[in-house]
Amino acid sequence: MWKYLLKRIALALLILFGVSALIYLLSMLMPADYIDNQTAAAVQSGAMTLEDVQHLKKLYGLADKSFGGIVNSYLTWLKSTLSGDLGFSFLYGKPVTKVLSEYIWISFIVAFISYILEIMIGIPMGIKASVNQYSAYDYTVSVFAMMGTALPSFFLAALLMNVFAIKLGVLPLQGLTTATKLFSPDAHFQIFLDKAWHLVMPITVLTLLGVGGIMKFTRTNMLEVLNSDYIRTARAKGLSERTVIYKHAFRNTMIPLVTTLSGMLPGLFGGAMITETVFAIPGIGYMALRATQQGDIPFIMGYNMFLSILTVLGMLISDIMYMVVDPRVKLS
Amino acid sequence: MGLFDIFKRKKIEGVDDTMYLTLREERRISKENNRIIREFERAKNRKNVSEEEYLTQMRDPSNVVEFDNLHTYFFTDVGTVKSVNGVSFDIPQGKIVGVVGESGCGKSVTSLSLMQLVQGPTGQIVEGSIRYQASDGKCYDITKMPRDRMLKIRGKEIAMIFQEPMTSLNPVFKIGQQMDEVILLHEEGATPESARARSIEMLNLVGIAGVEKVYSSYPHELSGGMRQRVMIAMALVCNPRLIIADEPTTALDVTIQAQILELLRDVKNKINGSIMFITHDLGVIAEMADYVVVMYAGRIIEKGTVREIFHDPKHPYTVGLMKSKPGRHMTEDRLYSIRGQVPNPINMPNHCYFYNRCDKAMEICSKDYPCMMEFSPTHQAACFLYGQNSLEENLAKEEGR
Amino acid sequence: MALETEKNKNLNYSDMSEQVETDLEQNFRVISPGRMVAKRFFKSKLSIVGLIMIIFVFLFSFVGPLIIDATWGYKETQVFRIERNSDMVSSAQFNGPDGKQYTYYDKSQTLVLFKAPPSADHWLGTDTSGFDILTRLMYGGRISLTISFIVIFLETFIGIVLGGLAGYFGKWVDQVIMRIVDIFACLPGLPILLILSATISSIEGIPTEHRIYYLMAFLTLMGWTGVARIVRGQILMLREQEYMMAAETTGIKVINRIFRHLIPNTMPQLIVSATLGLGGVILYESTLSYLGLGVPFPRAAWGSMIALADPSKGQEILANYPNMWVPAGVLIVITVLGFSFIGDGLRDAFDPRMKR
Repeated sequence: MWKYLLKRIALALLILFGVSALIYLLSMLMPADYIDNQTAAAVQSGAMTLEDVQHLKKLYGLADKSFGGIVNSYLTWLKSTLSGDLGFSFLYGKPVTKVLSEYIWISFIVAFISYILEIMIGIPMGIKASVNQYSAYDYTVSVFAMMGTALPSFFLAALLMNVFAIKLGVLPLQGLTTATKLFSPDAHFQIFLDKAWHLVMPITVLTLLGVGGIMKFTRTNMLEVLNSDYIRTARAKGLSERTVIYKHAFRNTMIPLVTTLSGMLPGLFGGAMITETVFAIPGIGYMALRATQQGDIPFIMGYNMFLSILTVLGMLISDIMYMVVDPRVKLS
Repeated sequence: MGLFDIFKRKKIEGVDDTMYLTLREERRISKENNRIIREFERAKNRKNVSEEEYLTQMRDPSNVVEFDNLHTYFFTDVGTVKSVNGVSFDIPQGKIVGVVGESGCGKSVTSLSLMQLVQGPTGQIVEGSIRYQASDGKCYDITKMPRDRMLKIRGKEIAMIFQEPMTSLNPVFKIGQQMDEVILLHEEGATPESARARSIEMLNLVGIAGVEKVYSSYPHELSGGMRQRVMIAMALVCNPRLIIADEPTTALDVTIQAQILELLRDVKNKINGSIMFITHDLGVIAEMADYVVVMYAGRIIEKGTVREIFHDPKHPYTVGLMKSKPGRHMTEDRLYSIRGQVPNPINMPNHCYFYNRCDKAMEICSKDYPCMMEFSPTHQAACFLYGQNSLEENLAKEEGR
Repeated sequence: MALETEKNKNLNYSDMSEQVETDLEQNFRVISPGRMVAKRFFKSKLSIVGLIMIIFVFLFSFVGPLIIDATWGYKETQVFRIERNSDMVSSAQFNGPDGKQYTYYDKSQTLVLFKAPPSADHWLGTDTSGFDILTRLMYGGRISLTISFIVIFLETFIGIVLGGLAGYFGKWVDQVIMRIVDIFACLPGLPILLILSATISSIEGIPTEHRIYYLMAFLTLMGWTGVARIVRGQILMLREQEYMMAAETTGIKVINRIFRHLIPNTMPQLIVSATLGLGGVILYESTLSYLGLGVPFPRAAWGSMIALADPSKGQEILANYPNMWVPAGVLIVITVLGFSFIGDGLRDAFDPRMKR
């Protein structure tokens, strides 16, 4: 088993290497980078010459856009990345790692709460739907689930904002804090409440979008288990339908559920780009979208690598959890 | 090619397209099915059924189970499959009754009906009764019993051993947990310790070496034979009055088969229960059973003691079965096989089902279905060779009485 | 009997099994396999609803513009200047020198040419640029559906070729292709699409009309890995199958057998994944359009129509002009939901194990 795990880790590293090279190539292809954006006005007014701009670019290793130049600067980037330095964000004026560590938490909190809500709503509904296959409940749940996956986040967000923030006025429209309210710095509880209040809608959006997938996944796996021989054995033992479903069937459905759900955990740090932007929540997704629009190459690189690492980590966690949860996979 | 193949009707030479159902027929069938199924499900889901409704009297108190004119149908998309079509036989106390027949003849469905485990909602018991002599002295009709009441019989008084030991144990629970569960469920005042002791005793009884280790292992860590022993031990933990063994040895090696059969017979004597033994292997029946029931296409065509069936088979099908059994006294070079195939369970003919395969078919065989002829108090067969009474006439006569 | 054996000799494996089947089937009637799929598909009410939804969206997007053009003679970029007065009332309270409280009203009237409310001429009104919203919805649907179908077609094609190569040749070819698949599957989808779209939209050499083709290429690039995995898996499974071994021992070329069995075996899976993929592409496309990186202005796209309601650009449209953004969102939901319903229905229809 350890051999298998080592193989997976080696594969993960290989994938990460490939991903980083690809992302680097792509972001270097972005024609207008941050320096162009920032210096455009200065060049126009004559305060800076194009030579100055080139000089600046050279400083940041962005000047040479030939293939060889990109390879060289990639190797430089890789070297510093391996030593834990992701470079310096132009837009935010801080090291990329610092920006990441500052802004992932709010993203994580929003994502984690909706993750918990999704699990708490999705799994029981999925079980009930599978037990009553083809019933009215099953249809309702399936339609609801697919509705969630069919809604674009920005549209759902706009609808909620229209109803709850504008028409009813019960929830704040955007942001993380109320700009017009002033709290004394030690009123921690009020500040907390204010922030929580602002997060209600973003969390609702993420939950509604994600719950359908979990529901459907539970239902499909549960149906498969319910048709198996050992469920018939359990019934033949005289166990009540409740025990058969919630103990014998669900314990088997848990295996794919736990592996998949635990694999989703690292991704919670990645931020929800669109939702955070629509609600102007200063999470990592919001910051990344701004950086992408501005051509902040070091930050784009750092963020995308961060996302890829999270994905690979999720895969590894899934693998490990599978070994832990399924007794048929030997732990030795 | 490819995509459209799926939608194209396959044209097979020599077969005319009329073998396919028309759209209208299809619709009629599913409408009919939905109506019937809904009715049965409603009846099954009734709550607070009083005990009188399913209390009944045994015809012979020395029997544990009496099947009486049982009909179990499956309402499928292509029509009604009459899996069990008027089956009547008894399982006497302390005896082994073997049920033989080709695959798909309804023997498994008969046993599942007895457990109320027929796969719903398409499968339903539509007629007849299954009388069961419970350990509390009362006699119940299982076909009318409410689901929650049945839970007290399943696993406790009637236990079942399935054909597939590899997939019949829950892969995520340890053997011990799965056995203890039955005891804790059915035995009053059972503690985890007493359950454990009982499980281990049972594992010992079925001849498993290294009981403690098996008790705490997962099913996938055991071989097929071991798992079947575990299944038997699990069936025995509550001292059932009846064990249903549904082809318990089919999936096993020949050497293991013999051991398992030996074990089952031993065990039956120890707990003084009955066994309903389902198999298509005549050799096994000869060795195990006291009584034999031969089923064909959902009906019983012959039943009797094992001696009567093996030494004096009456029905041509039984005769054929005996002949097709390889044995020491083989004189011919080739194995005998009964020609043709079982008629499809949908749209059964209204004449003898064996007619088109029978060597001794007569004119009447293509017109009516024969009724049971009695040769001795225990031996009966349904064949026109021994009398011209058709089943319909017989039923009409009985009703007239 | 002798005659039949003679006939069987000329038939290969699958035909023989067919022969046996016919023998069995001769004494009763069954549903033909194609109809069985169709029947199972139409048995589910959701599939029918999905089909109706997609037919509606197709008619709306492809026939609608023709009708508009033929009847009123305008296209998506026709600007309508509809004059109307817009009243702006603001008020303030102050305490007068006499100590009483006064309320001060400031009423200003401005002439507005755009953002007309729904009327008989313009059922959904006009937008901030004076375009007819209903017409733009139709053109937006046209572009979304076209993009999604082309992208899915390309994805499937690339996936079949690469997955087929990997599965068929195995060894290092498989290793290389599957690692590429892994890398692509690991790329963060939306951020990468953003980078690519931003790159394209800022290159001056590329005319705006062509941006849409690049967009399709990028969407394809991000999505082909799923198909490749399905196809490769199927080929590997087929190779393991016993009848393949049997074929091999009789000296029949493996490649012929694989391709004969592969297409019918994989087709259902591919159809299902393609149907479900269509909705996914539409969501991606509308997200990019929402961020202004998809279909370029002034061409219509559902995503960019919803972007009008972005509160960061002012709450006016979000609050007061639902006619501008709600219909576009509803259409996205209908389309994606329709494809999901059909895809699900097809999966259940193709997969007899899920039969009750």
